[in-house]
Amino acid sequence: MKYEPVIGIEVHAQLKTDSKLFCGCSTGFAAAPNHHVCPVCLGLPGTLPVLNRKAIEYVVRTCIALECEVSPASRFARKNYYYPDLPKAYQISQYELPIGRNGKLTVRAGGKEKTIRIHRIHLEEDAGKLVHDASGGSCVDYNRTGIPLMEIVTEADVRSSEEAVAYLTSLRSILQYIGVCGANMEKGEMRCEPNISVRPVGAEEFGTKTEMKNLNSFRAVRLGVDFEIERQIDAIENGERIVQETRRWDEATQTTQTMRSKERAHDYRYFPDPDLVPVEVSASVLERIRAKAPELPEPRRVRFISQYGLPEYDAEVLTGTKAMADFFERAAAIHNDPKAVSNWIMTELMGCLNESGKTIDECLVTVEDFTALLGLMGKGVISARMGKDVFKDMFASGRPPAEIIKEKGLEQMNDEIAISEAVEKVIADNPGPAADFRAGKKQAAGFLVGQVMRLTGGKANPKIVGRIIEEKLLSE
Amino acid sequence: MELCTKTASELIGMLRAGEIDPIDIVDSTFKRINDKEPDVKAFIVTLEEGARARAEELKDADRSLPLYGIPVAVKDNMCMRGAQTTCGSKILTPYEPPYDATVVEKLKAAGAVIVGKTNMDEFAMGSSCEWSAHHPTRNPWDLERAPGGSSGGSAAAVAACECSMSLGSDTGGSIRQPASLCGVVGMKPTYGAVSRYGLVAFASSLDQIGPFARDVRDCAMLLDVICGHDPKDSTSIDREPPDHVAALDAGAEGMTIGMIKDLFGEGVEPGVRERVSDAAGVFEKMGAKIKQIEMPIVKYALPAYYLIAPAEASSNLARYDGVQYGMREDADDIVSMYRKTRRAGFGSEVKRRIMLGTYALSAGYYDAYYLRALKVRTLIVKEFEKAFSECDILMSPTSPSTAFKLNEKIDDPLAMYMMDICTIPVNLAGLPGMSIPCGLSDGLPVGLQLIGPTLGEQALLRAARAFEIGSGICGMIPGEKTD
Repeated sequence: MKYEPVIGIEVHAQLKTDSKLFCGCSTGFAAAPNHHVCPVCLGLPGTLPVLNRKAIEYVVRTCIALECEVSPASRFARKNYYYPDLPKAYQISQYELPIGRNGKLTVRAGGKEKTIRIHRIHLEEDAGKLVHDASGGSCVDYNRTGIPLMEIVTEADVRSSEEAVAYLTSLRSILQYIGVCGANMEKGEMRCEPNISVRPVGAEEFGTKTEMKNLNSFRAVRLGVDFEIERQIDAIENGERIVQETRRWDEATQTTQTMRSKERAHDYRYFPDPDLVPVEVSASVLERIRAKAPELPEPRRVRFISQYGLPEYDAEVLTGTKAMADFFERAAAIHNDPKAVSNWIMTELMGCLNESGKTIDECLVTVEDFTALLGLMGKGVISARMGKDVFKDMFASGRPPAEIIKEKGLEQMNDEIAISEAVEKVIADNPGPAADFRAGKKQAAGFLVGQVMRLTGGKANPKIVGRIIEEKLLSE
Repeated sequence: MELCTKTASELIGMLRAGEIDPIDIVDSTFKRINDKEPDVKAFIVTLEEGARARAEELKDADRSLPLYGIPVAVKDNMCMRGAQTTCGSKILTPYEPPYDATVVEKLKAAGAVIVGKTNMDEFAMGSSCEWSAHHPTRNPWDLERAPGGSSGGSAAAVAACECSMSLGSDTGGSIRQPASLCGVVGMKPTYGAVSRYGLVAFASSLDQIGPFARDVRDCAMLLDVICGHDPKDSTSIDREPPDHVAALDAGAEGMTIGMIKDLFGEGVEPGVRERVSDAAGVFEKMGAKIKQIEMPIVKYALPAYYLIAPAEASSNLARYDGVQYGMREDADDIVSMYRKTRRAGFGSEVKRRIMLGTYALSAGYYDAYYLRALKVRTLIVKEFEKAFSECDILMSPTSPSTAFKLNEKIDDPLAMYMMDICTIPVNLAGLPGMSIPCGLSDGLPVGLQLIGPTLGEQALLRAARAFEIGSGICGMIPGEKTD
């Protein structure tokens, strides 16, 4: 029998607000444990939450980007459960009335367009973190408690790991574009939990689903989802029953393992939080946020093709992240050759980034130095080959190109007299190839040029070398 | 006459005139406390050292501060630096909050001298103060009787002149009912008029802090200090607060006062009914018109309240789990620690309400209980709105009985719950209500409840002050001759 996977994806995106969702504490990363806490986020008796309006604006921005309906009035609810990292013993979340509903995101997977419907987008607070110490005891770090999380839930529209990754890639790009989330999966800024079930192709009913956690990269998503689909199909083929449960992706064994059963559903006793008033997003506020909405990746890709005359592939790659697209546009504004800018970004810059594992935000090369290098090559001060070496140095050191070229003496030799002398020496030393060239064997020129370049330490301008060889041999 | 028996407004007159200093009042107050406290036990903790230091500090301060040098007691569910906040519970013994509640900040800024934290039913759940984990408080009018609750300590402390005024909190009548039983003035302001920041939550949608005093003027003075918008409380009302003291003397002439017939019926002691009916006569004498009002919906208030309040409480009290602060019972694993801590830390009434509330919010019961109770609440709001389209304020008994004997109702939760039958509808509707003494029945005080429309505190205070003038009942002190 053939099976079809049915996948829905929950994403928790940490919003890039300066302060927490219900108090003034910093959301800063990597502080010493329990340094970003106050009586409110510690849930001390008598404290009350006060909503961070910025978080609402960020969620509304996301709703607009994902074409959701924005509720004019939404509510926060309490999700009640006991866990040591949850100081109030309830999480403030949204239940019946989320901010956004019924959106969609169209992605390209396997060469086809696929629209994935968004079920809901809501806002909630993060819990703390348990730290298990060497003595076997456990401590709680409440720095993370109260950091705003946006939960984005799709309908069960995803049908493969490829579509899942395409959706997450596109979502990450959008969240970065609209500036609401760093969306770095490795840093936990974007956490993804797919719900996976399989059913015979053509069946209407859903199979029993499992939820997967601990997918910390797109690669893990692809491997994990594929593993889980296979596992479920195998189980069904062997006559086993799929258990509704949460499974954990184990990077070491590349398998999924049972975390906890969800068969006995926990009763969270949701009810509206009486400490908070309904969140109102008026039509005028919605319009104001809509008017400020930044350009999204898809329209920007289309514009890159029309405005800069870039090939489809270049436009797609460059608009993959907002930072990269911004880098391109700023560079193209200075160096008036978009294709050259694109080529250098896609080969040299991205090459160095991949090699070093850095992101564009961590790149030491400024747009100004980058375009200066292109300018120096354009003017023939250095050759394109030299340019590549200079760029590697720039990437590693962050120094401007002129400084590197001067220090290493890499300026291209354009002095015709000096080049003539070198050419004459090469012709004299290589009478065979010189004769071949005279006899009409044009390919012999390549060898002679190479010899001149070697003689000049690679500095001679190859165009001038070629011209002078031709002049000398053919004018005789 | 001892200083401690004077009203705050009298003391302020003497302080401003330079006749006395704050330390003189502190001396008199703690002499009184040492004298009365072994019998009354209104306080969980007294803060004599802090009060004396504060009085010294105030000596050279601005004497025009609104509560300059006035001894005030604070219910033990309001957070205050430098003192324990136990909420009358073992589970918060010990617990010292690292911050001041907004009302405590306001008291300090107003020049008040905080003399102690008063006793209460555990987590404000109770109507007699007998559910305190520390000790019961006794009614200064008759030490065999309960002061009411849950703010019984705050009411008894004012009645016994152990302080001039105090703060209580009122979720279903916890200010008004003990005010009634102790013969003092007590007010629950409109929901949102006073910040709840720093008030340990019982039922967040109903809790409201309010003043106790020995007369209406003092009550208005304290209300002026504590009310106002607080950005730390999302449910606090954002408006310029009015001058309540200035509104006091407008008289009751021309007011229409509705008597809620449904709250004079079965279960109300004849003596209480008589005194409150007499009060209607006083209002008429002062030029107000009395109108009979029927509000049959109020009979559903008690059941609705006992779903909504415990539901919220079950969530609010979940944080007392032994992890971060307060009491912890050691155990081998975390779940056992939770269980042992909560079993040992909470008293039986609190446990009863947590169970009620947990049940009411559970999947499958939510619609039938919690949601239905919210609908009743909406109907109660509407019925009050209708009444206020015809009347300026409403009146009823505060409590169906005068002070009852200690241990009389402790084994009968329903009988105890019935003590709040007249006050609960007001919380459900979020309205301002107050209790003022309207005479004695068999030597025990009877309370008259006045209910106003949303933010109608000025109308309440004005009527209450007119009643004091018309009846001559003002500033009753137990053991002293009363008219």
